[in-house]
This record gives sequence, structure tokens and C-alpha cells, in this order.
Amino acid sequence: MTPVKLYPPKPEKVYFFGTCLIDLFYPEAGMDGIRLLEREGIEVVYPQAQTCCGQPAYTSGYHDEARAVAAAQLDLFPEPWPIVVPSGSCGGMMRTHYPQLFAGTEHEARANEVAGRIYELTEFLLHVCQLRLEDRGQPEKVAMHTSCSARREMGLGETGPALLARMGQVELVEQARATECCGFGGTFAVRHPEVSAAMVEDKTQAIEATGARRFVTSDCGCLMNIAGRFEHQGKAVSGEHIASYLWRRTS
Amino acid sequence: MSARDNILKRLRERTDGPLTAPQSDFAVVSGRGWSQQERLARFERWITSVHGEVIHTSRDDWTRALAELLETKGIRRLALGREHPVAAEARAALAEGDVSLVDADRDIETWRHEQFHDTDAGLTSTRGAIAETGSLWLWPTPDEPRLLSLVPPIHIAVLDVDTIEDTFFDVVEAHGWAGGMPTNALLISGPSKTADIEQTLAYGVHGPRELVVLLRHAEERP
Amino acid sequence: MSASEVQTFTPREFHRQAHDALGNPQIRANFRKAMDGLMAKRRDVFSDWDLETLRELGANIRLRALAKLPDLLERLEANCQANGIQVHWAENGDEACRIIREICQRHGAKAVIKGKSMVSEEMHLNAHLEEAGIEALESDLGEYLVQLNEQTPSHIIMPAIHLNTDEISEIMHTRTGTERTRDVDTMTAAARAQLRERFMAADVGISGVNFAVAETGTLCLVENEGNGRMTTAVPPVHIAVTGIEKVVEHLRDVPPLYALLTRSATGQHVTTYFNMISSPRKPGEHDGPNEVHLVLVDSGRSSIYQDDELLDTLRCIRCGACMNHCPVYTRVGGHTYGTTYPGPIGSILMPHMMGLEATKDLPTASSLCGACGEVCPVKIPIPDLLVRLRREAVGEGRGNVPGAGVKRTKKEVAAWKGFQWLATHPGVWRSSTAIAGKLQALMPSKLGPWTEYRTAPKPAKVSLHALVKQHKAKRHQADKADESGEKRS
Repeated sequence: MTPVKLYPPKPEKVYFFGTCLIDLFYPEAGMDGIRLLEREGIEVVYPQAQTCCGQPAYTSGYHDEARAVAAAQLDLFPEPWPIVVPSGSCGGMMRTHYPQLFAGTEHEARANEVAGRIYELTEFLLHVCQLRLEDRGQPEKVAMHTSCSARREMGLGETGPALLARMGQVELVEQARATECCGFGGTFAVRHPEVSAAMVEDKTQAIEATGARRFVTSDCGCLMNIAGRFEHQGKAVSGEHIASYLWRRTS
Repeated sequence: MSARDNILKRLRERTDGPLTAPQSDFAVVSGRGWSQQERLARFERWITSVHGEVIHTSRDDWTRALAELLETKGIRRLALGREHPVAAEARAALAEGDVSLVDADRDIETWRHEQFHDTDAGLTSTRGAIAETGSLWLWPTPDEPRLLSLVPPIHIAVLDVDTIEDTFFDVVEAHGWAGGMPTNALLISGPSKTADIEQTLAYGVHGPRELVVLLRHAEERP
Repeated sequence: MSASEVQTFTPREFHRQAHDALGNPQIRANFRKAMDGLMAKRRDVFSDWDLETLRELGANIRLRALAKLPDLLERLEANCQANGIQVHWAENGDEACRIIREICQRHGAKAVIKGKSMVSEEMHLNAHLEEAGIEALESDLGEYLVQLNEQTPSHIIMPAIHLNTDEISEIMHTRTGTERTRDVDTMTAAARAQLRERFMAADVGISGVNFAVAETGTLCLVENEGNGRMTTAVPPVHIAVTGIEKVVEHLRDVPPLYALLTRSATGQHVTTYFNMISSPRKPGEHDGPNEVHLVLVDSGRSSIYQDDELLDTLRCIRCGACMNHCPVYTRVGGHTYGTTYPGPIGSILMPHMMGLEATKDLPTASSLCGACGEVCPVKIPIPDLLVRLRREAVGEGRGNVPGAGVKRTKKEVAAWKGFQWLATHPGVWRSSTAIAGKLQALMPSKLGPWTEYRTAPKPAKVSLHALVKQHKAKRHQADKADESGEKRS
């Protein structure tokens, strides 16, 4: 399906693009991603001038605004180091849509070059770091929701589960219709709130039905949506970014 | 200007300029390399999976299988052609029996009611079959017109094992279809069916309820 | 729903219709069950195929056909005419309706039998014919049921997918006097009997076309029921109506597209019938129509054709896999869209046919999850096209879609300009995220629609920018301490 990608050897340094959702709502998930990378002996460079990849404007059709925001990110990664993004959604934006967005502009070459260095966090941990994990947590069942952008735009349906499979005490359970969207979709949740709600309701029911009391995801949009729904209903199922889950159980 | 000229003009004067046509590689729909045995097995597996019935018989003995089939299914009135060897042999074999043979080589206007209401089965030859999908291919003729395989509730098709080919693409290519298409060319894979009522399969919604393939093997060689 | 209730749907009322559908457990269950089954069947039927290579070929064949479209249409016309098929061209649906009505009237037709044709739905052909005193009866079982119930199809392949067995039984009982039953075979047999009489009595048969082959002047029809064969072979006149994009170059282009179509649509490895028509009844032949007409309809297709990106829309072979796999379609059903083509393909096609003003809620009715693009047999980048139409709707595209800019409001533009300003001023960005965290207690607990179903996200007290700074500072200090330690020793 997805073309075989050749991964580079583990580098000494990487850039980390934290994403605006993590910056604002889930900074610990970002920190845990950084800690996982540092534990592998990689120096993590976090450009302080980063803001947002521009995706909200892009998917809303505001491409002039998206391009301006994206252009501001292009300058942040001057060295040829990989750029690690703890989100399939933002990673997909930067890898797939930056080249489209800047095609025919003065930034085209740079956008393509940056796009070629984008790695989603679980992809990087698995394929580049060949991460080994020593699970120190209690045995537990966990469900995973892989975001649609990670799964389809980036072709990374298996990286999250593969990392969880390296956790000795964790049993990954698969919910019904695991590949189906949770209904977040950025501004979709706001423009079509009822449809989005029906989708997240089904997703929470499917996760709950697995018997797992915890789910992980590699995207904070989905996390906000699914965990927000669980919390709203007072359900005892909690969610976490996969970086936090891995770090918490192995540190 | 006519609608035709307007449409063609718009297409020709395309805003973003002329398009480049890519080359196509058809390898994925050809080159199966199945043996005769594999072809036969696949054909049978697929056509039976869609409710087609297969009766193995031989070139020599097939009319006996046909007679038995008519008996089993209670077919009293069989529509069939006249000239095709399949029709001719069937007529010869059934001449003495009590199954009424209905001539199919008549203008439909003269016997429409009879065909729709008073014909139990239609017998046709086939030109060949496709192993990959379990499909028969028919080119209806004046002798065996197109409604013969559609209107009667049972369609009996006679197929020779050695005319089964691997894929639809192979058939189209090997027999030079593009060089001369008949009025109507058909692939038939099973009896008429529908799933329009809550995904539940039901057969014989408009066409035949049953499709029986008399699969003729060549005589056994010494 | 009762059989007597006539429902009308419009894309302008997408939200209200979605609300109604979401609140209708019957609709929800019917679609969920059907879509789950269709997805599983498709997965199974492709399991032993090199699907990517086949899709690549399918896309490539369609692209080649589009690249040569004007030439192929002329070739199709010439070869059809040489075969005795009469070819007509229509700029739009009204023109096509007029052409078809005139053919019917020339033959004094009172009753028309129809095979399944979405293009005829597009132009509301049945209503047009009925106004002229010509009865048009649908013969595909699903279409027949939908017509009996005075509805429109809710799916392009399975028109009655929104109805369950009990509802269908009730419709058949009320409209045709069929005894109420849950037995599908009984209902099917009843419909068979009802429709057979109509086939025999029909003056004209009208069908769609799945592929029109330029090389041979052949019209290909894909079906399971046999009603398509009946429609095209029993009445004395056959009129095929199709969009100008349905043409393919060679006969050999057909097998791969057919393989993709049936597997993608219903998970069938093949349909019961593949019906290829190349001429009317020839001298000496005993059945088939004496006249065959082909009506080629534009209806906005040549406009889509102008644009390199939008062009991909025309690759579609109408399999419906995008709707089968769409989580939005699965929840709201086909009628909610209020358009001839529902679901993802409808959302990228209908704005061209109806304008963005009427259809402005369709391109946004997608979470861009990508399931449609993933299963499309001819690899139409549907999510990208949805985004393109969103651009057009807010006036930031090329302005070549009818109704472009209709959603552009000062308020929304200001909001996105504000976002742009903030996100291109990192210093301000950092302080505002910090402020958001500090002020989180003051955040409203209700964030409009979001919080009706979910708790509101709470801004973190300390942003990632700030956490990284602290983290680096700590590491730096630790390094320094190490260094000084080394020096002391």
C-alpha cells in the first residue's frame, strides 16, 4: 500500500515541532515525546519561534492565510536534521500539503525539502530509533486510536500498535471499526457538531466495549475529542497521548 | 452552434491546456498462467458461489444429461435455436420425448407473450467462459437471440471445458473483440439476483431464477 | 416513515436533514448495517488482488480517456453511427429531457420502462416525461421501491438502502396490494410479476451507461437483476443517456474498470450481467430494439474539465465505495445531502452542477478522514477536492466554480487573518498561549456546540514553549554543574 520508505540511521540531533494543540493544551505530551527522544541519545532542538503548521486555515479553505503561517515555519529548520512531529495530522500537513501549498511559489524548493524531513513521532521512534521499551507499569489493557491523518495521509496505521507491542505488560485491544474516524476533523467538529458528536459517540462506545479503561492516540485532536466525550459522560475511561503513555511506563 | 459543437469546443479550448495521455500497463488483468485444471476449478468455484449450477458431462453424452435435467426440473417447454450444433443435437435427442421444443428463432413480436409466460427454460450455446470470475460469454445470434438467456425462468447454457480462459481481458484480446462487436455481447455470471431488500439476496428478480451450466468435457482419450 | 409521506430534500437544508436523520434510529441502523456489510465484502473480494496496481491502472485508463476526451467523443459518435446507433448531444439536463421526450413522442410512447440511470435522476427525467403524459417506470428493484414510495435514491448503487424489510413490505402492500410479508423471495417474486407486464407493454426503454467504448461504438451496462437487459432488449426503442465523461478509448480498457467497479461497489467479484450493446436489431435478428439512441449530456462536466485539479472528479466510475466508507454518510444517510449523488463524490460533484450557494454545506460535511480517497478505485483525491471546494466557497480558489466566494464573510476572514497574524508573530503567540493558560479559570465552560457533547479542553498552565525552556535551562545547569565538578576534581 504505502511505498516502502527508507529510513535514515539514528541522527545526533532532531528538530521538534510541537504543534499548537500540544503547545496550548497538552504540553506534557510534547515534553514526553522530547524525553523519549533524548533518552535515545538524541539532542532535541525546539525552535522557539514555532507556532502552528497552518492546517486549520488550510482545511477551511483559507489558503492564503495558511501559506503565510506555513511560510513562517519553513525558516525554523535550517540544519538538515529530521523534523519530528508528535501528530499525524500536523505531520501530514507538513509532509503532504506543504509541497502543494507552495507549488509554483518562491518557497517551493524549501517546502519540498522540509516536507522530506518530516517524521511523525511514533514513526520516528519505531523506524529510526528502533526504540526498545522496558515496561515498568502494571499489566493493563489499552486501546489505541490512530488518527486518520497518521493512518491514511502518512500511511502509519501500524507504528503506534508496533510500539505498544514492545511493552511487556500492555495488552493492546482492538475496538470495533478501529480505522473509522473519531469525528474530530478540526473545524468539522464545529461546523457539523451533531454529525461529529454521533461519530465520537460511536468511537467511545467501541473503545469502552473492549473493556480497556485507557486509550492512547498519537494525535491530540482525537484525544481532545474522544477523552472529552468520555469525560462529559462521566465514564471511567481516560485517554493519553501515546508519548506520555510510553514515557510514563518506561521511566 | 449546436450543443455538440459547443461541448467539443469547450473541451478542446481547455483553460489549463492540453492534457497528456498516460500509457497503460495491463499486466495486472492478464498473465494468470493457470493450467486447464486450475481454470476449470476456478470457473466452477466462482459460478457456483453466485448460485450457478454446474453439471459435468461429455461431448458425446451431454444430451442425456440435458434430458435428465429437464426431467428433474420439470421443464415441459424448452426454447432453443435450430442451427447451432448445440441446438441441433438437443433437438435431435429430444425429438422423441415429451418436452415441447419452442423455436427461439422467431421475431419476438410474434411470440412475446409465449416467451414471457409459457416457456420454462431457454437453452443456449456459449462461446466460452472466464475462469477468474466464473462468467459465461455469449454473443446472441439470430439463431439464439438475446432474450433466450433472459426471459425464461431457467437458463441452461452449454459450455465446453476447453473454451474456458483465464480473464475477461484475455478473452477480449485473444478473440479480437475490438475488431468486430456483435449487436449484443454478454457476460453472464449466475442467475438474475438482487439485494435491494435490506441486503438479502434473492434470485430471479427479472431474469432467470436458475442458471445451469452443462459443462462438456472432451471424450476421454485412450 | 409512512408510505404516504412525500419527503423532499435539498442540500440547502443539510443541517436540518442531518439532525433528523441522526435522530432516526431506524435510518441510523439501516445505514450502519448496510455499510458495515459492504465494507467487509469489499475488503474480502480484493484480498487476493494487487489492488494498488489495479487502481493505478484504473486511474490511468480514466485519465487517458479524459486526456483525449473530445477526440474520443467524436470517435464514439462516428462508430455508434456506423453501427446504427443515433447520437444526440445535450448541453444540460433540460436539453437532454427534451431530446428524450421528443424521441418518445415520435414513437407515440405512453409508457417508458427505465433501467437504473443516475444521469436521468440528475435531470429529473421522470417528472419531465410525466408532464408530457408519458409514464416512466423504474425497473431496478431498489429504484422501483423508491419510486413507489415517492422518494429519490439514497445511494447511487443501492437506491433503497435506507429502507428495511418491514418498511419495504409496507410500501409494496400500500402501493401494489402485495400481501404483507417479511419473506424477501415473496416480495421479489411479486415485483417480478408486476414489472414483467410493464416490460412487455413499454414503448421505450431508457437506460444509463457504465462505459461507452469509443473504439467500437459500444455501450456497456453493469447489473445483477436483468432489468437492464430487459430495458435495452424488450421495448422497440432503447435510449441510453450518459454523461460525456463516461467514454473510454479501447475495448481493452473495459475489463480492468469492470473488475474495479463491481468489487468496489458491492464487493462482488463480478455482476450477474455485463451487457455490451453495439447496435440496434440488425436485419435477420429476431429481438432487440429497432432503434438505439445515445444521449450525451454535459451538465457542467465540460466546465469541471477546464481545471487540472477539478478534472479528477470526472474520473469517477460511480461505484459508490466512497459513500460506503464515509463515516458521515453512514451516520446521516443519502437523503440528507439532498442531491442526486450523495456522500463524498456528491460533495465534490454537485457544487459544479448546482452551484456552491445551494451546496455550501457539502464540502465541509467531511472530517477529511481520507477513507473515501483510500478506497476510490480510480484514485480520485477526494479529500483534496473537498478542500479545493472549501477554498472556492470562501473565495480563495480560482473562482471557476459556480457560486465561488459565497461563504466569504467579513467575520470569518477577520478571524483567519487574526490567526495568521498571531501565528506569524511568535513572540505574541508565546505570550498569548501563556495568558490562555493563566486565564484558564476564566474560560467559559461552554464552547458552543463542542461542549454539548464533550468537556471543554483546558489550556495548560504552562505552554510547551515554556516547558522546553525550563527543561533546557535545567539541563544546561546540570551540564554546567558536571563541568565544574570535573574542574574541581
